[in-house]
Amino acid sequence: MYDIAIIGAGVIGSGIARELSRYKLNVALIEKSNDVATGTSKANSAIVHAGYDAKFGTNKGKFNVAGNKIYGEICDELNVPFDRIGSYVIGFDEEDMKTLQELYENGVKLGIEGLEIHDQGQVLANEPNINKEVLGGLYAPTAGIVETWELAIAYAENAIDNGTELILNYEVKDINKEKDFFVITNGKEAIEAKIVINAAGVFADKINNMLATPYFEINPRKGEYFLLDKTSKGLVNHVIFQCPTKMGKGVLVTPTVDGNILLGPTSEDIDDKTDKATTKHGLDYIRETALKTTRSIEFREVITTFAGLRAEPSTHDFIIEKSPEVDGLINVAGIKSPGLSSAPAIAKEVVTFVDDLMGSLEEDPTFNPNRKARTFFNELSKEEKDALIKENPKYGHVVCRCETITEAEIVDAINRSAGGRTINGIKRRCRPGAGRCQGGFCGPRVIEILARELDVDPKDIALEELGSEILTGETKEDC
Amino acid sequence: MNYDIIVIGGGPAGLAAAIEAKKKGVDKILVLERDRELGGILQQCIHNGFGLHIFKEELTGPEYAERFIDELHEMNIDYKLNHMVIDISEDKVVTVISEDNGLQLINAKSVILAMGCRERTRGAIAVPGSRPAGILSAGTAQRYVNMEGYMVGKKVVIVGSGDIGLIMARRMSLEGASVEAVVEIMPFSGGLNRNIVQCLDDYDIPLKLSHSVTEIRGKDRVTGVTISQVDKNLNIIEGTSYDVECDTVLFSVGLIPENELSLKAGIDLSKQTNGAVVNENMETEVPGIFACGNVLHVHDLVDWVTEESRKAGAYAAEYVLGGCKDSSSDEVIRTVAKNGISYIVPQRLRKDNLHEEIILYFRVRDIYYDRKIVVKNKGEVIKSVKRRHLAPGEMEQVKIKTELLRNIDIDELTVEVSEEV
Repeated sequence: MYDIAIIGAGVIGSGIARELSRYKLNVALIEKSNDVATGTSKANSAIVHAGYDAKFGTNKGKFNVAGNKIYGEICDELNVPFDRIGSYVIGFDEEDMKTLQELYENGVKLGIEGLEIHDQGQVLANEPNINKEVLGGLYAPTAGIVETWELAIAYAENAIDNGTELILNYEVKDINKEKDFFVITNGKEAIEAKIVINAAGVFADKINNMLATPYFEINPRKGEYFLLDKTSKGLVNHVIFQCPTKMGKGVLVTPTVDGNILLGPTSEDIDDKTDKATTKHGLDYIRETALKTTRSIEFREVITTFAGLRAEPSTHDFIIEKSPEVDGLINVAGIKSPGLSSAPAIAKEVVTFVDDLMGSLEEDPTFNPNRKARTFFNELSKEEKDALIKENPKYGHVVCRCETITEAEIVDAINRSAGGRTINGIKRRCRPGAGRCQGGFCGPRVIEILARELDVDPKDIALEELGSEILTGETKEDC
Repeated sequence: MNYDIIVIGGGPAGLAAAIEAKKKGVDKILVLERDRELGGILQQCIHNGFGLHIFKEELTGPEYAERFIDELHEMNIDYKLNHMVIDISEDKVVTVISEDNGLQLINAKSVILAMGCRERTRGAIAVPGSRPAGILSAGTAQRYVNMEGYMVGKKVVIVGSGDIGLIMARRMSLEGASVEAVVEIMPFSGGLNRNIVQCLDDYDIPLKLSHSVTEIRGKDRVTGVTISQVDKNLNIIEGTSYDVECDTVLFSVGLIPENELSLKAGIDLSKQTNGAVVNENMETEVPGIFACGNVLHVHDLVDWVTEESRKAGAYAAEYVLGGCKDSSSDEVIRTVAKNGISYIVPQRLRKDNLHEEIILYFRVRDIYYDRKIVVKNKGEVIKSVKRRHLAPGEMEQVKIKTELLRNIDIDELTVEVSEEV
């Protein structure tokens, strides 16, 4: 019997697990996928928003601003790359400038520090490549960029290091409430827990409805992106938004913490909660729209395109509450943008719900808030590189030549708690295959290292989910 | 540590350059190879057809490589495997790392860039759809099948008709896979004609010219693609789309010279070739750094890589031994690609260092029959050669006797495809 079962190991579920791991609790983090952070957490804009665009009085507004304030501290503890580069919302006509003024005023009301309206000259001085027709911009110095999925992975790793149990490939099919505990099942094995925290992303409505009367719906809203090669570095220096529309914050152009440039997203309501395919019309739309921000985008620098799903709630605001109907169920649902920005604050809020439900929580004196730092071999000095190779020769073996990722970094990514077990899992944790050749050269070597470290057959190494194995057999087998 | 010449890359280009430099009298040469063996991509090209021009016989890739590897050994040229160069400075300090020796700085009088190329990916050409397992570049698939001993799928669609894609169409067929189609967006193949005959026609694999894969489907594994016909502007023609079931999509949509190190050394790249700008000595704009093979421009046949790399090796030797013109000479003839030509290498010819014969390597933009390749100065024909057939998949060359250029006022040599026969 667990004290708590968290359903969904995205940035929200993993963040809650990590915050709960401060206490003497028996926590299971349940994930239907083959890895943590494979839903919305793996494909989003990777922005920590300043928070001016969610209306005052909403959960989105409250948690974004609160999350932003503690982001630096959380990322320091968990050794997650985070860079407060600041953002601009840029305006091209008087209508846009009015919107910027409204955003500014809303931001001030929410308590966001440092907001300024810049005129054309100031914007172009800070961003020389953007469209010269810009009239002005709302500058927010507290906005930042973070590795898309790394906070989620780091949260999960730190939670496990502090005693949380991670259960992968467990798709919750049903939940029943017994007298004072829940029985969760995937159709094969049951998991019992006193409290269920629903952090199931686009499926959060389904989880709620297993226990309670439907009272919200989560609809998938697709966002498509282009990622440009690091050779585009310097195209823009801040997160550059166009003026927001009803469907979201519009197409942005932003540096990533890894030094690439990201363009996107589109915003399209779809029906299928598993459809993460890019589309011709979506990619065409980004091509056209992003060029409005800067004409200097070189589309020959594109290294990949991808799509993610936002969990769009029918209530239009984050649902973060104890179920009004079922005692012991906590819904953390509809965490669309600015979900990544809000995650640290949401996790802390949910702890207070658990505290309410359980009486009082007892702190675990062995809790270690720090995640072991990753080695970024490529960023070290020559002396440091040499010393590291002498200490561990596997640092002398460059596996991914585009990103200069060594075997030692890959082995570390596999062997950590919540470690990578798939090609994409390793890519997310230390970037082999994230560069311009997209794993063309290092793919075979990453499979070899995974198979060796996990002691499995190379044919069993998957790209992502079970069933996505790369190799289909041996040659001369049964042709 | 000091060497006269450091060759970066132990594939066909690096091997030929190192051997030639040694033959010209340079003693201290070091070849640095990142992989576990010499020979580069040739080692995974187990089909034959290599060496017809250089050796007048048909060899497999590994056999072709072996001839040079043997010669390298016979000539006692130093080489290091599993050594990855991570930096080259403008003053030719090469930073290399390895499990055995940690990080080393090696000084060179001259550096020969021979890092080869990489494949353009599905991501780079932004084919819409999902991103399941079963999507690979053709060369990666070739590595799995030929070197690692694994199959990567059973029902295959190949996007692009570059040579590796054509070769893999045959290879997958021989391994029992069914190759449903090779889909080429252009109205002509980017590969060699002999490969279309030997790898597609002989196996009844359809080549769909002016067609494009417009969607990839599948959640965990590829389940199919949509193929659509395109018009002459490469736009999809409505009503022509159809679905094909497959579990694998291989991409053979172009090769890109791998010049990340060249950029670190301060070398400018040509937008046409994605390789360095070089002069008649195959020397880049950084004096003493030479480039050859697929890192300079993508070749069709390894034989021409060998030919070009021997030159680079010889001139690097000349540079080291002190017989070389100072490359800073600004009296240059620029070579300019005109009508029907996509690029020319070398891009610059120094007037005071013209060798007896100049060879210009280039590619054409389209398929042509019965045309002339015309080299001109200020509109005046310097040289004109007939060609019965020209194709973008085949590298062309034209040789010009330098005496034709003496005593004339010349800043630019243009090359064009001309209608007049």
